[in-house]
Amino acid sequence: MATTTAALPDALGHFGPYGGRYVPEILVAPLDQLEAAYRQAQADPAFQAELDDLSQRFAGRPTPLYHAKRLSRHLGGADIYLKREDLLHTGAHKINNCLGQGLLVSRMGKKRIIAETGAGQHGVATAAACALFGFECIVYMGEEDMRRQSPNVFRMRLMGAEVVGVDAGSRTLKDAISEAMRDWVANFETTHYLLGSALGPHPYPMMVRDFHAVIGREARQQFQELTGGLPDILLACVGGGSNSIGLFHRFLGDESVKMVGVEAGGRGQALGDHAARFSGGSPGVLHGTYSYLLQDDDGQIALTHSVSAGLDYATVGPEHSWLHDQGRAEYVSCSDEDAVEAVKLLSRMEGIIPALESAHAVAEAVRRAPAAKGQKFLVNLSGRGDKDIGIFRETLPDLG
Amino acid sequence: MNRIDATFARLKQQQTRGLIAYITAGDPSPDRTVELILALEAGGADLIELGVPFSDPIADGPVIQKAGERALRAGTTVAKILDMIRELRRSSEIALIVFSYLNPILRYGFERFAKDAAQAGADGALLTDLNVEEAGPYLEQMRKYSLHPVFLVSQTTPPDRLRVLSQSSAGFVYLVSRAGVTGERDRVSDQAVRLIEKARRVTDLPLAVGFGLSRPEHMRALAPYADGVVVGSAFMRVVEQNLQAPDLADKMRDLAAALKAGLKVSE
Repeated sequence: MATTTAALPDALGHFGPYGGRYVPEILVAPLDQLEAAYRQAQADPAFQAELDDLSQRFAGRPTPLYHAKRLSRHLGGADIYLKREDLLHTGAHKINNCLGQGLLVSRMGKKRIIAETGAGQHGVATAAACALFGFECIVYMGEEDMRRQSPNVFRMRLMGAEVVGVDAGSRTLKDAISEAMRDWVANFETTHYLLGSALGPHPYPMMVRDFHAVIGREARQQFQELTGGLPDILLACVGGGSNSIGLFHRFLGDESVKMVGVEAGGRGQALGDHAARFSGGSPGVLHGTYSYLLQDDDGQIALTHSVSAGLDYATVGPEHSWLHDQGRAEYVSCSDEDAVEAVKLLSRMEGIIPALESAHAVAEAVRRAPAAKGQKFLVNLSGRGDKDIGIFRETLPDLG
Repeated sequence: MNRIDATFARLKQQQTRGLIAYITAGDPSPDRTVELILALEAGGADLIELGVPFSDPIADGPVIQKAGERALRAGTTVAKILDMIRELRRSSEIALIVFSYLNPILRYGFERFAKDAAQAGADGALLTDLNVEEAGPYLEQMRKYSLHPVFLVSQTTPPDRLRVLSQSSAGFVYLVSRAGVTGERDRVSDQAVRLIEKARRVTDLPLAVGFGLSRPEHMRALAPYADGVVVGSAFMRVVEQNLQAPDLADKMRDLAAALKAGLKVSE
């Protein structure tokens, strides 16, 4: 397939000044080993064939591209199309990366997998992949997230994963990643860290992006088949940034296609009340990568807030920082309240209950659509909302 | 002469190994740190690693994590830590390096940090998560202000990389004796001695060993091989258990003395 995308990262994992590798020295060799194994697999047609087969038969690819006609008519402007990653097995795009890394690990001969999870979607996808490949599975999850995403905790345990609660910091995704890294520093010889977003030290941002790039490849082809052209704007939510980079990547060379990443605007603009790294942060280093980061004047990492556990994180994948600085993608934020409204609207208009994360992208499409008559929006519906029923009960008490 | 170089030269003459004491700056409060460093020196510590507390210390076990949380709650910042070093220099010439995760120093600014740390009386720095590939701008400023950069070497570091890390270091090289985060362990890892032997083949710099070392018998086990031994969590556990105790400094001094006694070499 022809590719028009920029050949980033460089050999040391940089996207412009961002990315790279900032880890305890003991992890340098395991990361080198992982990178070598990944590059070897990438060049091996048998690996790609096996991954394609699993993606199809186990996970349910390709996912549909769906024209949300009632929603578009209701908003009276742009035509909105949804890439239905929410229909994948385990309920979100996360399985793309877990099958890719799982297959890679089965080649590397490691048998123990650790992972972090925020909303639980990556944890559930990891647990499913570990059951599929026969790996031991340990998932670190902040205790606050275990509370608010309890259905996913149960799913992970049902599939044989051990879920370890993390009681540190804000007890959310950041703290789960820190704890997973501590485990990896001790157990790297037997253990693979199945990092769930396009962040962390090189090669993760590149590798995770590549495993999710199938989203944009499929969507681009489907969009052309369905409409005869390309979308005007891509919209996707950005926590670590895996579903968004997966959608954006294949379109980077299409100059007419605008890209919009939607961060968590939370409950206000004060540090600690949101996870909007581009409007409220500055470049710094957390969890092995140099990227936009919410931090205080002394370089301590700020607490974050979002109604959506999957977007509630202090830094962002380094390739997004590069796309931001280059002006190739635009980053905006959406409040908790608007995200919840978008869940209600999409549910009633289309019979699709989106995950709170994905609802941030839907909300931005809803905001822009009325003034964009004649345009076509492609929204990545990265996950489904089943896991959020407990939160909806709290935020939408009128539904009982 | 940099105090670190002078210290290892003196140790060689005295036929003893260096006790390198790690302490989290600002725990239990910023106004106690100088007193605790002086107590460690009185007990026999030869070099101080003054730790900058960080919100997300991924290489540290629970004892140093909690020390960092207390220090941050007490308002510890890089600027205040440099003030502590200035105050220390009124009464002590003990060798001292600043030990930090990268982000607080990055935020402070490499040039400003190197300039201010040198002026305050620090002798070097170690940044846990700054890999040598990314260290160019930092090394430039450290050299400009005659501070010693120290890098970590681990059991997974291949010989070529070990050479690069020691060439980028000055004063000494810090060998991580085992896999895992910081914290006290029962035994000295078998890896430790092998790692020292591996490092001796590529560098003439003094070699310090750390991670998991906390007891006099650990000191005795390593004294025949290493030039210095780093102890951190054991000291911070004493702080944790004596937050309000009037004799905290005495207890730190006594632990330093007990550890230092294990570092004499009988040749």
